[in-house]
This record gives sequence, C-alpha cells and structure tokens, in this order.
Amino acid sequence: MAVCVAVIAKENYPLYIRSVPTENELKFHYMVHTSLDVVDEKISAMGKALVDQRELYLGLLYPTEDYKVYGYVTNSKVKFVMVVDSSNPALRDNEIRSMFRKLHNSYTDVMCNPFYNPGDRIQSRAFDSMVTSMMIQVC
Amino acid sequence: MEAAAAAAAGTGCGPGSPLLLSDGEQQCYSELFARCAGTASGGPGSGPPEAARAAPGAATAAAGPVADLFRASQLPAETLHQITELCGAKRVGYFGPTQFYVALKLIAAAQSGLPVRIESIKCELPLPRFMISKTEGEIRFGNSAELHGTKVQIPYVISEKNTFKRMDDEDKQETQSPTMSPLASPPSSPPHYQRVPLSHGYSKLRSSTEQMHPAPYEARQPLVQPEGSSSGSQGAKPPRHQASLIRSFSVEREPQDNNSNYPEEPWRITEEQREYYVNQFRSLQPDPGSFISGSVAKNFFTKSKLSIPELSYIWELSDADCDGALTLPEFCAAFHLIVARKNGYPLPDTLPPTLQPEYLQAAFPKTKWECTLFDSYSDSMPANQQPHDLNWMEKLSINDMTDFPVPTQDMTGNDKQALKSTTDEALPKDMSENPATPKESNSLKARPRSRSYSSTSIEEAMKRGEDPPTPPPRPQKTHSRASSLDLNKVFQPSVPATKSGLLPPPPALPPRPCPSQSEQGFEAELHPQLSRAPSQAAESSPTKKDIPYSQPPSKPIRRKLRPENQAAENQEPSATAGGPASAATVKPHPTVQKQSSKQKKAIQTAIRKNKEANAVLARLNSELQQQLKEVHQERIALENQLEQLRPVTVL
Repeated sequence: MAVCVAVIAKENYPLYIRSVPTENELKFHYMVHTSLDVVDEKISAMGKALVDQRELYLGLLYPTEDYKVYGYVTNSKVKFVMVVDSSNPALRDNEIRSMFRKLHNSYTDVMCNPFYNPGDRIQSRAFDSMVTSMMIQVC
Repeated sequence: MEAAAAAAAGTGCGPGSPLLLSDGEQQCYSELFARCAGTASGGPGSGPPEAARAAPGAATAAAGPVADLFRASQLPAETLHQITELCGAKRVGYFGPTQFYVALKLIAAAQSGLPVRIESIKCELPLPRFMISKTEGEIRFGNSAELHGTKVQIPYVISEKNTFKRMDDEDKQETQSPTMSPLASPPSSPPHYQRVPLSHGYSKLRSSTEQMHPAPYEARQPLVQPEGSSSGSQGAKPPRHQASLIRSFSVEREPQDNNSNYPEEPWRITEEQREYYVNQFRSLQPDPGSFISGSVAKNFFTKSKLSIPELSYIWELSDADCDGALTLPEFCAAFHLIVARKNGYPLPDTLPPTLQPEYLQAAFPKTKWECTLFDSYSDSMPANQQPHDLNWMEKLSINDMTDFPVPTQDMTGNDKQALKSTTDEALPKDMSENPATPKESNSLKARPRSRSYSSTSIEEAMKRGEDPPTPPPRPQKTHSRASSLDLNKVFQPSVPATKSGLLPPPPALPPRPCPSQSEQGFEAELHPQLSRAPSQAAESSPTKKDIPYSQPPSKPIRRKLRPENQAAENQEPSATAGGPASAATVKPHPTVQKQSSKQKKAIQTAIRKNKEANAVLARLNSELQQQLKEVHQERIALENQLEQLRPVTVL
C-alpha cells in the first residue's frame, strides 16, 4: 500500500528513499520533494509545541489523483514522508499512524547504532526489512 | 526404496521424461541422498527441521551437504547452477529425492562431458564422481547439516557457493595470519587453524589432476549404510579408511550431542574466545554487569579496521535490545562477529542462535562462579592466584553445562586469567550462512519502547537487567554448586595464600601516616587523613612485600610519639593499630576451615570493611587525642597567665 517511503533529514535532503514499483521512481522522488513544502508549512503553523506524539503526525499532506501523501515529523526535524496508493479506500488514519510509529521506532534503532553518523544515508538492513514489510503488506 | 525413488523421479522430473536409474545408480543415489538428508540427525527421512518443514512427509536433503556434494563434483559453478535449475530444486525450493537424483544424474552427465540437459540423462551414464577429502568431508557433512535455511534453501546454496569462492580467493592470497588489530590477535590463531582444513579441502578440490578416485567418498558409504557397497570395487581404500572415518565420524557426532541443540558452526564461541572477550570487556568497562556505551564500543571496534558499514551492520546484529550499549553477551557476540568477519566469513543475515544473548548467558555459567568467589578479590588479583584460577576454571569447564542461566550482571569475568591463546580450540570447521530463526530478535524489537536513555547509573543497569528474556537466577543456586567437591578442593588451597597476603596489609598501612602526621606538627586535618586512609586501605595489594610493613610501622609510632611525652597515647594508636592486625590475623583462621564459599566471601568482605573502619577510627582517635592534649596545654597556659594577672587587678 505504501508505495514510497522517504526519510528526509533536517536540512531537507533524503536520508532514505525507497519506492516499491521500481519504475517511475523519479516521479515518487518528485512527489516527496514537493511535499516537503507542505511539511514545512504545517510545522510552522503548529508553533513551538511539538512534544506530543499526536502532533508529530502531520496527516494527509496533499492528495493527487493516484496517490496520497502523508507526513510525520520527529522532534529533531527529521521528516518521514509516505506515499500511499489511493486505490485502497480502507486505509485508515490509524494504520498510517501505526506505520509511522514503526518507522520512527526503526529510525531510533538506526540512530542508536554508534557507527551511524547522523546525516548519513540509512543503510541498515533492519530498517530496510521493516520498510519492505510495510510496503509489501498490502500489495 | 529404489522403486519408489524411480517412480518419484519419473513423476517429478520437469519435462516429464521418466528418469531411469540403473541398480547401481539407484543404490549410490539413495545412499548419497540419505547422507545429505540424514547426517545431522542420523537418519534418512528425518532431515533437518527446515527441510522437513519445506517438504513434509518426504525426505529432503539439506542444502548445505548437497552444495558440498555438488562442489565436490568439481564442476564449474555455472554448471552447478544449471543443474540445480534443471533438476527442479529451484522451482520447488528444496532438494527432494526427485530433484536430488536428477541433479546427480546431471552431474554425471556433465562430468562425462555431455551438455547439461534433461535429455542427456536419459542415456546410460557412469556414476557421478565426487572428490572430497575424507575427514573434512565428514566434518563438513556433519557440520553443515544443521539449521541452514529457514527460508528457501536453493538461494542459500548459490550464495554459499559464491561465498566459498570468495573464501577460496582469500585462501590463496593469505599465507600468514590475517591482519587483525593486536587486540584481536589471540583469536586469530584458532580461526586460522580452522581455515587451514578448509583451504586444504579446497586445494584438493581444485587439484583435479591427481586423485581422481572416488574411493574416499565411496569409503564413507559403508559408514552410513554398511550393508551396501555401491557400484562395487571402486577403490581398495575403503577398508583402510573405514576405521579412521568411523572414529572421526563418532568424534564428530559426540560434541554435537553433548552440546546444546546447535551443532558446531563458526558462530559458536569457544572457551578461550569467551575469556578473551570478557577480558576485553573488562578493559573497557570494569564492571561486567554494566554496559559499554556506544561511543566507547565504537572506538574499540573501529580498531579492528573493518569498514564502517560492516561495523554498523555487526552492531545492528549484536545489539539485540537496540539501546545503544552493549552488555557482556552482546559484546561477546559483536566481537565474535568481528573476528569471523576478519577471517573472511560473511556476516549472517540474522544473529545466529549461538550468539544471541540468552544463549550466551546460559552457555557460560562459569563466569557466574568467578563472580561469587572472586568478587572480594576483584580489585586485587595477585599473580599467585592465577594458577589457582586456571585450575578452578578448568574444573568448572568440565563440569559446567546443563546449568542454570546466568545473569550478566554478576559476571565479573576473570581479568587476570592467562589467555590460552595457543591451544587448538578452533572455531568450528564449517562456515555456514545461518539465518537463524528471526523470531527472537523480532520479539525483542517488538516489545514496547520502555527505554531509559542513560545507561550509566547502577539503577539503570539493574533495570536493564530485567529486560532481557532470561531473568537473573537467585544467588542461592550458587550455593548448590558451592558445596561441590571441586570448588572446596580448589578453593581451600588458594584461600590461605590469599588470606595471608590480603589481611595483614590493611591494618598495617593505617599506622604509617600517624608518624608522618605527628612529624608534621600536629596539624590535625581530619579530612585529608580520612581520605588517605580509605585510599591506602583500598590500594592494599596483598603482595608479600606488604607483610613486613606490619612490623616497622608500629615501631615508628612508639618511637616518634614518645618524645612528645605522650606515653599513654602512644599505646593507644599502636594498640588500636595492632589490635585490628592481630584480631584480623586471628579471625581468618577459624573462618577458613568451615563454611561455604559464599559465606567466606561475605565474611572476608565484612572483615576487610571492619578493618578499614577500624583503621580510620584509630587514626581519628589518635589525632583527636593530640588535639585534646594541645588544647589542654593551652588551657593550662592560659590559666597560669590568668592567675598571674589576677592578683594585679585585684590588688
């Protein structure tokens, strides 16, 4: 269901981006890039209070005809962007939230690795497998 | 068996052409299949669990032995790939009897020079020839038939081929020990030893010139199925090899049965390696129950000169609870993975079962012993204790296993253990990619994120100790072992030595600052003295040279204090100093003979603490006495002055 998952660093460059249909990958990259504007907009609108988990989840950023883009930002301004297929109507908000939570947990695990320098591309296999499971689970 | 095999082969063959096997071929193939399927558990048809899961109800051959067998056929890898594809194993995902027989026939065809096609196996072919050196083949067969693939087995076969090819290159390149960092050098000899048989096996494989005799291979068949001697007289060697093979085979079987369910594999940590890892852990973090923080571990592992992505991956594998710090079993697992990687083994996809923290905690209970018995000596381990330690460790290593799980917190390790680095406790012979069941790691990750972010305080360490799946056992269990004969036998000879070395110095040291203090002019600074007292008591290294000090310090006290006309107080410090000494020397003797080790240790700790407290109090007392004297003197002087002055005012 999640056709593309991206982790964007604070400086708005991608730490990890992966799409399931490997063709047309550039399109997803572009969508993620454009969604960053929306993310910034939502962050600035939210103000200073970002402690609550509920506010970490940004919700639907914008829908297109085929896809919907959801966003999530961590306290360190690392953004998770997920592009999902619009054709699945039963995808509830809760499921998206849980997917983001899993992403956040895996990201934390990656951070805990002392050999990982923040700002590097994420090459953790555990993270990869988690994202794969998220992408394939609905397909 | 032959009829069923032929029928199955007929039905299972891909293009649908029936597979006709001659009698000799059938016998040979069935024996080979039995070997591949049944080496681990000793029976055809039972097979490794994964194979059984993959094909319930039918015997399947594990990918490992099959891969070895195929490689032993000396065919190029591409041919072997083709064969595996053609025989249908790739399609179905496992090597059933059908696929196996077809594959063998294809190998025979390839060896005869025929193209690898299904059609080529229809004709009559000689038997496939496999050349494996006898003992390594046995070992490999015995070892690799284990938990190979929980998932698809054929990709594993191919990946193993690739990895073996890579190892081969490394074999050719390296003639010396691997270029490991100094801290990792002791384990290099066991892995190096282990790679020698592999390289030897490969040299035999590669040298296709001589020894085109299937005799060593055929000779093994009587072992598996003594009744059959396949295709008759292929070599005269069988009778000669049989005895040695039987011996090696039985020896190979035995450690597998004795140890826990996991057969020998490169991911099993040997005793020496374990000690070495524990030593290294202690060098980084004195308390074996606590953690190594991420940055410390990073600096340490970076010295191994592996690439950062690899180190990152090793960390990911070994830090099971993902807290950014390594406990002792996690550290051992990580170190072991690094060692294996330095020696050319590819890293597994998941943490092998023998490297998981629960297994490591359970498999090495002896370190628990070191904790309970040597806890009191943890700061002061003299050289003379090492032989005792070694004896004791050896006895425990014989007795251990099948024991209670051991908590990591109590493992003090044996920092002064002489590392037996040169012994031939090699890593297990075969390298096997071992995607172990991931469920344990998944369960660990799936637990709620109740993490604390500081891993340095003791409370955090204790809390952290509750999180891993195996809760720490109650210390009472150590009592049951404490009464074992070995410990008492070994412990008692060591105790008097340690007692004599340990006890006199603490009471001897405190009196020493007294004369120096009195020399300085009675500046009673209590705090520096108090701080000096504990430091001096703590640094008491019970070497023999401290014992003579028990005599000289007391004499200067008497000599130096007497000139100040403080005869009464002279006796006090020396008495108090001598008191603890004599009391302490008297005290340990009764305790030596009786009681279990745990009580001894507790008593010794208490004794030492009391002595230190005694010493501190004695010194404090003496200084206060001196102050009192001074004050008295001043008072007397002032009263005299007052009396001298008073008559003047009165009058």
